[in-house]
Amino acid sequence: MLRFIASRLLQAIPVLLVVISVTFLLIHSAPGGPFSDEKAVPPEVARALEAQYNLDQPLWQQYVSYLSDVVRGDFGPSFKYSGRTVNELIAAGLPVTAELALYAMLVALFIGISAGVFAAIRPNTLQDYIPMSAAMLGICMPSFLLGPILILVFGIQLEWLPISGWGDIPGDKILPAITLGTGYAAYIARLSRSGMLEVLSQDYIRTACAKGLSERLIIFKHALRGGLIPVIAFLGPAFAGLLGGSFVVETIFQIPGLGRFYVTSAFNRDYTMILGMTIFFAGLIIVFNLLSDLLALWLNPKLRQQARGGN
Amino acid sequence: MLNQKLCLKSLFLLGIISLLVALSGCGDYQSNVESGNLKGTLHWGNGTEPQSLDPHIATGVPEHHIISSLMEGLIHKDGETLEPRPGVAESWDISDDGRVYTFYLRKNARWSNGDPHNAHDYVWSWWRALQPALGNLYAYMYFPIHNAKAYYEGELKDFDQVGVKALDDYTLQVTLTNPIPYFLQLLDHYSTYPVHRATVEKFGSADQRGTRWTYEGNIVGNGAFQLKEWKINRRITVERNPYYWNADNVGLNQVVFYPTENVTTEERMFRAGQLHYSGIPSDKIEAYKQAGDPSLRIQPYLGIYFYRLNVEQPHLKDKRVRRALGMTINRDQLVSQITKGGQIPAYAITPPGTMGYYPESDLTFDPKAAKQLLADAGYPNGEGFPTTEILYNTSEGHRKIAVALQQMWKKYLNIDVTLLNQEWKVYLDTVSNHHYEIARAGWIGDYVDPNNFLDMFLCNGGNNRTNWCNPEYDQLILQQAPTAKTQQQRLEVFKQAEKLLLEEMPVIPIYVYTSNNLVHPSVKNFGRNILNQSNYRDIYLEPTSSSEVTP
Repeated sequence: MLRFIASRLLQAIPVLLVVISVTFLLIHSAPGGPFSDEKAVPPEVARALEAQYNLDQPLWQQYVSYLSDVVRGDFGPSFKYSGRTVNELIAAGLPVTAELALYAMLVALFIGISAGVFAAIRPNTLQDYIPMSAAMLGICMPSFLLGPILILVFGIQLEWLPISGWGDIPGDKILPAITLGTGYAAYIARLSRSGMLEVLSQDYIRTACAKGLSERLIIFKHALRGGLIPVIAFLGPAFAGLLGGSFVVETIFQIPGLGRFYVTSAFNRDYTMILGMTIFFAGLIIVFNLLSDLLALWLNPKLRQQARGGN
Repeated sequence: MLNQKLCLKSLFLLGIISLLVALSGCGDYQSNVESGNLKGTLHWGNGTEPQSLDPHIATGVPEHHIISSLMEGLIHKDGETLEPRPGVAESWDISDDGRVYTFYLRKNARWSNGDPHNAHDYVWSWWRALQPALGNLYAYMYFPIHNAKAYYEGELKDFDQVGVKALDDYTLQVTLTNPIPYFLQLLDHYSTYPVHRATVEKFGSADQRGTRWTYEGNIVGNGAFQLKEWKINRRITVERNPYYWNADNVGLNQVVFYPTENVTTEERMFRAGQLHYSGIPSDKIEAYKQAGDPSLRIQPYLGIYFYRLNVEQPHLKDKRVRRALGMTINRDQLVSQITKGGQIPAYAITPPGTMGYYPESDLTFDPKAAKQLLADAGYPNGEGFPTTEILYNTSEGHRKIAVALQQMWKKYLNIDVTLLNQEWKVYLDTVSNHHYEIARAGWIGDYVDPNNFLDMFLCNGGNNRTNWCNPEYDQLILQQAPTAKTQQQRLEVFKQAEKLLLEEMPVIPIYVYTSNNLVHPSVKNFGRNILNQSNYRDIYLEPTSSSEVTP
């Protein structure tokens, strides 16, 4: 198992290197620099700014010095936010985004698994069609539509919940978590339905039925563990996706997370910020994929044996 | 079987009940506006996270709002009339030739840490603002001061020769190169605010960018408020500064600035009672108007929306073609049916009424004459006129205007126009490298004077970007206007220059901007002016009987 983890981590190094190099080249070849503005920048100012951020050096030199900083865990100063470092900005946004992603994931898992399992028990009946159509709707409904609808209904019309902020007013985390979680809930519902359907047709379930076990016991004790494997495999990428994809929800609900920095840094040509965030998210995806693989191994004895045999 | 069904159902019920409990628990929260009105806290939708609070580095409106609450210049402008009012200087003299300004500073002015605040602070701060390494984009605000430009550009090494002197601790003398009437206004622009030397130097050298002197716990200012907290991307809170010379007359205890990023979000926050002040998306203005909502404020703004024409393009070289394009825009229709934000049709580059200046423009909507001009230029009925591209930065508003112009030019001149949108920084790159034919543009004035609009189009002006160059125009703006004996003569020179600009038409004025905002009725003494400048020191809150505002 340790060898498995170590080899996956080693594989991550070239992946990260490619990510850094491609991103570096792409942002430096994009037209417009970090300091261009509607008001013309006088040449003296442009020179001073470029010198300060080493932009007057040849590109390869900038690349090398950037890489050596990154290896030491230093993502450099932000070009846009004078005096802030990229590390500092990530540290400010990460706890918020992580908390939002966690709540959204809980919402997604609760709604998704309940609906999926519920539907799988009576396939091709109304009990199946209703939650699955709802899931289809959830997948199709983008958060920039769902968010404002929830705000209008629960925030402005009913005045039950705050519509903006994060941790400022009690209850302000509910709507963003539901908005972000719904799309994923729909995926999870479909995944857990198909996973459950597959497991429920297995011989060991039939055996359990034949032994006269109650349906509850069969579902919760025997079927759920196998049926949720596709969901588990989805969890890693989903969590990374929640962390990196919360921009829209963060903007709608005025949440001080990472997503907003990520998108605005690209518009601002804040080179170090774009790079820092990209590397950070690439790292997250690698780690979460590894974690979900480990979880799947733990849940599925068949895979566990394959991993042992293979290594 | 029944049992299992019950079990699943109860699971769902449990979920729904817990959700309802969670919801009902949060029903009774007090909105920011309600609690703010009681505590004297103003909640302000501030657009974006500020890039810096250093007055000599920052650019941009959100930064301006925060900095103007933390710091103050020698004078400040009246919220309604924009006339100069005493700030740190309690009075001032102007020499007869209009070149020497002597400011008498208040003896009770203090920094927010209690340090005395005097004339030497200005000399040092202005020296700092003119250090090229600092990268101050607003250094040109100092250029009216004698020798400031030469010093900034490195032609002069000795700062003592620049026209700024502390005659004693409380007397500051400023000598200008030419008697320019808008100089006092510049002293209320954040780029000329003083900074606290000891604090700046504690965190780095004076001309170093990106030091931490402006951060929470570090910054020392001289304004009506002081920085209480700066939560990145969340809020910036400023609270009353007890050392401010006029602290007794400050009406607010706190101002909270929210970096909302998105105007639609901001407007929703306003509607939910989270903000006293916000922007408004242009497509919602109509609904607020129809509801007769008192919070909607539409007022002229010192800014012009215009199109640049690249006069080096072969078919745009002829000024008759450029005039024809300018004369076939139905501006009244454009503002009433497309922009719909109360904008004013513009027939000149300087917004009318800029410090008593009304440009004389012969530009009208005259398709017949325009068609004739185009024919005279060799394109009768638009024949042979190459397909021309309008470039704009990606935005629905700009697209609508470009589409309208495309149709008008087809209808009245029978010429084909295509549209190209580019992301903001790409667009800036394309325009400043002159790789365009026609490009959308906007300009917001920093101070109220025609010079701020007309000096854009000097031959080597960095903001010209049209390749248009007319030595006669340069002579008027650079030589005649600054040396005019009276303000009346000066304005006449500007009129002459603007007439020339409109005759040659390297730029087509389209409309004068309006600033559209939502201001909660409990906000008093807000002030309305064409700079959309707010004086937080003057604002106070008066709870209304109903703090509910719904469109």
